[in-house]
Amino acid sequence: MRDLGPDAVSLPSNAARFTLLDEGRTWSGEVALEGETLWLTPQALHAATGWELKPRGVCRDDVCIPASADPGLVADGRVNVSALAKLLERPLVLDADARVAFLGASARKRADRLASLEAPDFVLPDLNGQAHTLSEQRGKKVLLAAYASW
Amino acid sequence: MITVALDRSPEDARPWIEKDRPTHPSLIDTEFRVADLFGMVNVPTIVWIDESGKIVRPNDVAFATDTYKAITGMDAAKSLGAIRAWVLGERRPLDAATIHARQALPTAEHQQARAEFGLARWLWSHGNQDAANRHFARADELAPDDWTIRRGSMLMRGMDPFGQDFRTIRNEWVRAGHAYYLPLPD
Repeated sequence: MRDLGPDAVSLPSNAARFTLLDEGRTWSGEVALEGETLWLTPQALHAATGWELKPRGVCRDDVCIPASADPGLVADGRVNVSALAKLLERPLVLDADARVAFLGASARKRADRLASLEAPDFVLPDLNGQAHTLSEQRGKKVLLAAYASW
Repeated sequence: MITVALDRSPEDARPWIEKDRPTHPSLIDTEFRVADLFGMVNVPTIVWIDESGKIVRPNDVAFATDTYKAITGMDAAKSLGAIRAWVLGERRPLDAATIHARQALPTAEHQQARAEFGLARWLWSHGNQDAANRHFARADELAPDDWTIRRGSMLMRGMDPFGQDFRTIRNEWVRAGHAYYLPLPD
């Protein structure tokens, strides 16, 4: 396997697991950390984020990021998640000591949706644990009110 | 109506919901997902959505009662009157240009703040308070205008969102020339 550099740490499977949080999905497993750069195997990437490494690039649904978009995106069969996040314009916050990273939503995606005036849908539980969506209210006017105990 | 509690656990929201005994969906949002999706920066925030799922009035501040009117300057009757008129079809809707002008769309920096906040919440819920505090602080720095972060994080940082901890940062914000609440004009 190609050496990722003197500072890269590739962990044996019994080492401390790393957790990646992506849009409500939680994945834990083996990663390679090169400073603040996160590398995942294609299998781990798919399980963690839904993105797949294919011959034409890194793909999800009908979107593909070609490897040529960033020469550092794929190395020796592993995907540079930090580089992928940048290409997707999504914030990746990584805490190497705590061994966890959070992949947030892109501003462009949020802004485009709000600018379209189509209310973003969501699914959330009530106190009984029953799931409710905004879209199930179609056909009625909805006053969405966010509040808090603080 | 759909109410969404931006709280760290169902237990924080429970007293409010059980007292109210609503017939509408009263939801718990421990991941602050609705704040992220709609670009909310404080509570209470209301959004008017029509029958086809379109936003007809974007993020606004409205209180249901005048309990805090002396502090907030918000008149409940005015907000409730406007909502009633909308529901009854007595009010002409805002045109698209006006709605767009009143939307403060999320920026990359703000989404970075929300990601820091998301990581901080996870660390807090997994008992790593020191690491959580670091990321809460970073989120504050990146989005000093976002009170769902600055005040919403206080119960997860051992601070009192109704006490001096809050008043200090709120006063600092206001002294710097910013408003704490951002109601829409009209």
